[in-house]
Amino acid sequence: MEKIFGRPRGLTDLPFTYCPGCTHGIIHRLIGEVLEEMDIISDTIGVASVGCSMFTQELFACDFVQSLHGRAAAVATGVKRSLPDRLVFTYQGDGDIAAIGTSHAIHAAARGEKITVVMVNNAIYGMTGGQMAPTTLEGQKTATSPYGRDKALAGSPVDFPKTIATLSGAVYVAAMSVDTPANIKKTKQALKKAFQVQQAGLGFSLVSILSTCPTGWGLSPADSLDWLRDNMVPVYEMGEIKATEEVKDL
Amino acid sequence: MEKVLFKGNEAIAEAAICAGCRLFFGYPITPSTEVVEYLAWHMPKSGGTVLQAEDEIASINMCCGAAYTGARVMTASSGPGISLKQEGLSHAAANELPMVIVDISRAGPGLGGLGPSQADYFQATKGGGHGDYRLIVLAPAKVQEMYDYTMEAFDLADRHRNPVMILAEGFLGQMMEPIELKARPGTVLPVKDWIVDGCRNRSRRRLTSYGLSNETTEAACLHLEEKYNRIRAAEQRWEDFYSEDADYIIAAFGTCARIAKSAVLLARQQGIKLGLVRPITLWPFPEKAFTRLTQQLKGVLTVELSAGQMVEDVRLALASSCVPVAFYGRQGGMLPTEEELLRQVIQTFQPAPGKGV
Repeated sequence: MEKIFGRPRGLTDLPFTYCPGCTHGIIHRLIGEVLEEMDIISDTIGVASVGCSMFTQELFACDFVQSLHGRAAAVATGVKRSLPDRLVFTYQGDGDIAAIGTSHAIHAAARGEKITVVMVNNAIYGMTGGQMAPTTLEGQKTATSPYGRDKALAGSPVDFPKTIATLSGAVYVAAMSVDTPANIKKTKQALKKAFQVQQAGLGFSLVSILSTCPTGWGLSPADSLDWLRDNMVPVYEMGEIKATEEVKDL
Repeated sequence: MEKVLFKGNEAIAEAAICAGCRLFFGYPITPSTEVVEYLAWHMPKSGGTVLQAEDEIASINMCCGAAYTGARVMTASSGPGISLKQEGLSHAAANELPMVIVDISRAGPGLGGLGPSQADYFQATKGGGHGDYRLIVLAPAKVQEMYDYTMEAFDLADRHRNPVMILAEGFLGQMMEPIELKARPGTVLPVKDWIVDGCRNRSRRRLTSYGLSNETTEAACLHLEEKYNRIRAAEQRWEDFYSEDADYIIAAFGTCARIAKSAVLLARQQGIKLGLVRPITLWPFPEKAFTRLTQQLKGVLTVELSAGQMVEDVRLALASSCVPVAFYGRQGGMLPTEEELLRQVIQTFQPAPGKGV
């Protein structure tokens, strides 16, 4: 029988260990497909961060290195400056990139570092047990905001892709979601574009993806998707936030 | 060979280029800044890249990124900056990433001052970052050695797959001396068959220090411990100065050792058999330099520009002997004079003048 659907070659054979309903798996698959379709598996070096996204190093079929908390963009800079003809991407959660790693991501973007950053935003720190992140919504209850995020105390959620988009070195910034089949398709296109931007040497690219954390949110997988749609999508600007003329010409 | 006048920091930078380092990630901080400034001028001419990072944390992590790919890479900073790099140094050591870190230290804690100080000894030799790890630490005492040791540091880093630190005081970084620009020594180094550069024609590699089970983490720690023991056995280095027949020894490194040499000559003029042991590797600490002298020594005065840090290693080295170990230090950027050191030796051990030299 002809096989018409399988695991992309961009992924290893290891089973995903994410919690049921978590959309990391979908995002992994999309990147795995992009690596395969662009035929860049052996040209790509991934930089793992910390948190659940640390498992990426086991799951993608390309070479991988580890970085410490928040440092992925700096490590990726070192890799890319040493090997300019390879494709380098980081895979970071919102806590990793928009809190402890803010300065590294911002300055990598400001320098126009030719790397691709994948930011997975589930509005909390997932692996550490669902604490408040810079992306936690106002009023959202987490392990460290048990009464709900109070704007007076902890400020408002950070729309990180929008911040990055203000920097001239960032040439492609997209904010996507994987809550519906249509959005999953769009997310894949954005990821592909981000890698193409890097391949063309145009500058820094970032794809932020809204993702669910049923365990951390205390919701069922299906309810998590609804919660994401109802609560996160209205807060964060969605779509291709920035694509320079050169990027549009790709 | 013709000698050229070089500033200590610039000698380090020039040596890095000569050693084949083509990537430098740094952040300016006095009194180390001439390293990045010199490289910003000269590294591009050799086809290299100097990137001024947003901070020290970024620069050390950039070094990690480049080292993962097998490139020779260096960063330079001073005390407070090295503090910020400690997190990344633990990461580099854990992932066995060869790189060279230059610490042109300043006085302090806190912001401190710019004068010569050796108060970063603990930070350099005892970790500073999290977990069990060691850096190989070389301590030059003159500008020529800033050049020579830097060049060798890259080889040591590659040979042992370990970060290597050059630790010198701001005094050495800023002073100018004539030096010989020697060529890179032809050393056979292990092939870097572990690097991550894209899995072309080979299976995928991943480099990580993260262990999912206690068993794998312990195995990784034991592997490092074994390596550190190997380095400890193979790389202890020191300089002897009149120590062969010495009754008393000053133990001092860096700038302090230069002053101690003058004190030794002064003592010899007075018939006191004083010698000097100058540790060149601060880690691994050259225990052998002291243990081989236990039969003859009547006392060791450790002299440091700190409240007493290396003295702990001297005491450990001599723990199984009866040789008394005393300490004398100046702090905050102050330097002792040779008379001051000799006075300390006499006051501490009351040595009787011999027949002279």
